[in-house]
Amino acid sequence: MFETYSYLFLQQYWWVIESLLAALLVFLMFVQGGQTSLNTIAKTEEEKTMLVNALGRKWELTFTTLVTFGGAMFAAFPKFYSTSFGGAYWVWIAILFCFIIQAVSYEFRRKPGNFLGQKVYEAFLFINGSLGIFLIGTAVATFFTGSDFKINDYNQVEWLSSTRGLEAVLNIQNVALGLGVFFLVRILGAQYFINNINDENIDARSRKQVIYNSIPFLLFFLTFVGMLLFKDGFAYDTATNNVYLESYKYLHNLLQMPIVLILFLFGVVFVLGGIFITAFKRSKKGIWFSGLGTIFTVFALFMLAGFNHTSFYPSASNLQSSLTIENSSSSHYTLAAMGYVSLFVPFVVLYIYVVWKAIDKKKIDKQEIKENDHIY
Amino acid sequence: MLGTIDLSLVDWSRAQFALTAIYHWFFVPLTLGLSFLIAIMETIYVRTGNEEWKRITKFWMKLFGINFAIGIATGIILEFEFGTNWSNYSWMVGDIFGAPLAIEGIFAFFLESTFIAVMFFGWNKVSKKFHLTSTWLVAFGSNLSALWILVANAWMQYPVGMHFNPGTARSEMLNFWDVLFSPFAVNKFLHTVTSAYVVAALFVLGISAWYLYKKRELLLAKRSIIVAAVFGLISALFLAMTGDGSAYLVAQKQPMKLAAMEGLYHGKKGADLVVFGVLKNDAHKDSLDNFTFNLGIPKLLSALGYKNSNAFVPGIKDLVDGNPKENIMSAGAKIEKGRVALAALASFKEFKKLKNQTKADSALGVFNANSTYMGYGYFDTPESIIPNVPLTFYSFRIMILLGGFFIFLFMLVLYFAMKNKLESKKLLLFITMLSFPLGYLASETGWIVAEVGRQPWAIQDLLPTAVATTHIGTSSVITTFVIFAVLFTALLIAEIKIMISQIKSGPEGGDHV
Ligand code: HDD
Ligand code: HEM
Ligand code: HEM
Repeated sequence: MFETYSYLFLQQYWWVIESLLAALLVFLMFVQGGQTSLNTIAKTEEEKTMLVNALGRKWELTFTTLVTFGGAMFAAFPKFYSTSFGGAYWVWIAILFCFIIQAVSYEFRRKPGNFLGQKVYEAFLFINGSLGIFLIGTAVATFFTGSDFKINDYNQVEWLSSTRGLEAVLNIQNVALGLGVFFLVRILGAQYFINNINDENIDARSRKQVIYNSIPFLLFFLTFVGMLLFKDGFAYDTATNNVYLESYKYLHNLLQMPIVLILFLFGVVFVLGGIFITAFKRSKKGIWFSGLGTIFTVFALFMLAGFNHTSFYPSASNLQSSLTIENSSSSHYTLAAMGYVSLFVPFVVLYIYVVWKAIDKKKIDKQEIKENDHIY
Repeated sequence: MLGTIDLSLVDWSRAQFALTAIYHWFFVPLTLGLSFLIAIMETIYVRTGNEEWKRITKFWMKLFGINFAIGIATGIILEFEFGTNWSNYSWMVGDIFGAPLAIEGIFAFFLESTFIAVMFFGWNKVSKKFHLTSTWLVAFGSNLSALWILVANAWMQYPVGMHFNPGTARSEMLNFWDVLFSPFAVNKFLHTVTSAYVVAALFVLGISAWYLYKKRELLLAKRSIIVAAVFGLISALFLAMTGDGSAYLVAQKQPMKLAAMEGLYHGKKGADLVVFGVLKNDAHKDSLDNFTFNLGIPKLLSALGYKNSNAFVPGIKDLVDGNPKENIMSAGAKIEKGRVALAALASFKEFKKLKNQTKADSALGVFNANSTYMGYGYFDTPESIIPNVPLTFYSFRIMILLGGFFIFLFMLVLYFAMKNKLESKKLLLFITMLSFPLGYLASETGWIVAEVGRQPWAIQDLLPTAVATTHIGTSSVITTFVIFAVLFTALLIAEIKIMISQIKSGPEGGDHV
């Protein structure tokens, strides 16, 4: 069936899947958010152990989603893969570094003979949750603000700045998104603790954290969105593939794609609703609302970046080098073949759901931690 | 063509890839093999209901967990390194190469990471059957991830199921099944996973032998040894078979690699297989005597590589200078054709831009006539197509000799274990303890044969390594190389120290803090 679809349809289909993966990824980054709050929410070693174990059972899910996002980009939009990863070398290396150190930290943190000591592994978790998330946010913001690169006739990238991607942190809008995501995942992390752990002190302190982090989150997120709606965007003409700047492009995208507008608004409302019921209604379900809201919002942002004749990875200095879902994708054959693979995604989501339902049936508390023989 | 590329950049990029891949491969074999061993042990536990088997399962599972975490840490860098350090490669073959990587994520990594949670945290939460199924799914999932990445790697050795699209200047996939079921892929998968089972079996044997030696945990050690020795012996036999299959395929499709593996500078009919030999320092294609010492089995190489003991096996000289009698084209001639193809491709693009369709078509015609050799067009000299011979040659010897030794070791250990006499065989216990690092050595040298022997190609006959790399300052790559070297070494030390302290404290201690 997939091979009968048009090339454009398959390109869009794969952009939708990438957007979904990205949206799920940001939601799952509650793990990273939680990692930055260990010392603020826990006051005793026992409490910290509960927090670490609540996160430690989920970190691989986040990590695997990141890896799959990368793999799917490679398969579906290889030119993005080669241009961005090879071009913005240092940002991506820094991000990878932040994830490498996370992967061992849970398992090694308190094991005897762990060489670097507990403090270092906890610092690793903090770096992963702070620097790692901030950099991912800034890197994604360049989907809207553009980077300086050139692509030659053989589709090889030439990056014009010697800092290879790190220059993204000099742009206010990029930074606003980076910090916005950072505070968002801290909110999600605290909401996850409330949901997953049965402990009064942790509950009370987590609720405070949700409130404290909401303020900077709103500030940075609204800055980003405000700038986005008023800035010139990178549009292209489908007939000639000519890329040009269009005023209020992203605002236009929102208005011209009402479904995306609705998703975006719903998303924001859900995030705020989740924060509200956590802070004022003493609900334990905030994570579900804010999580769903995060998924909607991030998904909508990716739609804004790539749909409606918009370049999703623009070159600010060489407009014609900009990447669009049409000029950066794999061949029709590969997209179609991968289309069949994508049919397995719902099945994967299903078993993940079933397994976690079984394991999370019993919430974490002091007793559970004592009884479990695999604790971090 | 290559003159314009900074060779030290290529070398550092290679060094970085080799470093990270070698580190990843320290942990992967254990994951692949130990997951099955654990699943077998847990199955025995569920069948017999004997609590001692549960204790044994949990002990190995603990070591598995420590290894798994660092396997993941080293894996993520490899995945993204194709983009960061081989960006031209990523564009030129991403249409084919990206697919297995994405499939690996969707099919295998989620399976692993989800069910591993049940394996570790589910003992008291789900039924015995559910738990056992999860353990098997982890084993299945990790081996499935091996499948996809090996399909990708096999495709680099023997690119099939694709064509070059001059319009986009990249290779595009034509047939997914050809890529998946290429004989290289099938054989590489079987050989690599069985090698991993051998490594894991040696690991279990080594640690158990240490317990017996120290007269500790006797029941755990003896039972583990039986399971591991049987598993190891079967795997090792299968490994030798699939290794023979690998050599056969290499002979068919990568004759230069085969020549390097055998140190065969001059081709001959009825070529002998070198069991052991020492290459001269100045070994060279134009010198007739390249070995200081050499012990070979007559005609075996021809027999193994071509299923005919009198078949002609081309040497390095034949492949570089050509051998009309055996119908082998010289590298120089291929380079000429390759240059014609590259020039035609450039004019095709130029005329396309100028919208001169007739001239574009005729350039395309020239391109198509010569495109088979396009990759060769990048080289300056015919000698460029020779890989590092001593490294390939010695690595291959090490792997094969160890392969034979492991079969022998598994048989010996199994024999004495069955007779319940292993405890008194101190020397054998000692050798078994020392053998487990040898498993890693064999495994890593195998990759060196495969990867170094393929040079100077990133994709055999299609894309030279030097063309595949990202254009970036060499100092950046040196910096990341150093960062990874320091970080991975620190993590490896941590891993080893943790392992040792877990092993010393035995099944009961250690984990509870
Ligand atoms: C425990 C490790 C181990 C052992 C004992 C062996 N191998 Fe192996 N070998 C590997 C581990 C390995 C490997 C790491 O898995 C490689 C690297 C790439 C691959 O596909 O498998 C490999 C590659 C490899 C190659 C290169 C394939 C290629 O270039 O694509 C050949 C020809 C052989 N092996 C042949 C053998 C033979 C004849 C063995 C005799 C018993 C043998 N190997 C034992
Ligand atoms: C250049 C090649 C490779 C790349 C890009 C790569 C990539 C990765 C990545 C990203 C992970 C972490 C996955 C996660 O999030 O759970 C991983 C883990 C893993 N990889 Fe690799 N890998 C490569 C080579 C191999 C090979 C050759 C094998 C086996 C034959 C293999 C088998 C595994 C397994 C079993 C894991 C699970 C984790 C562990 O071993 O501890 N990989 N790999
Ligand atoms: C895991 C074990 C592996 C080891 C130990 C290993 C080792 C190496 C080494 C030593 C090199 C440098 C070759 C040279 O000296 O020129 C290299 C290069 C490379 N290998 Fe592997 N390799 C492994 C697995 C893989 C896999 C599974 C893939 C692909 C899926 C792969 C893809 C590459 C690429 C792209 C390069 C760089 C280009 C090149 O030099 O060909 N490697 N590897």
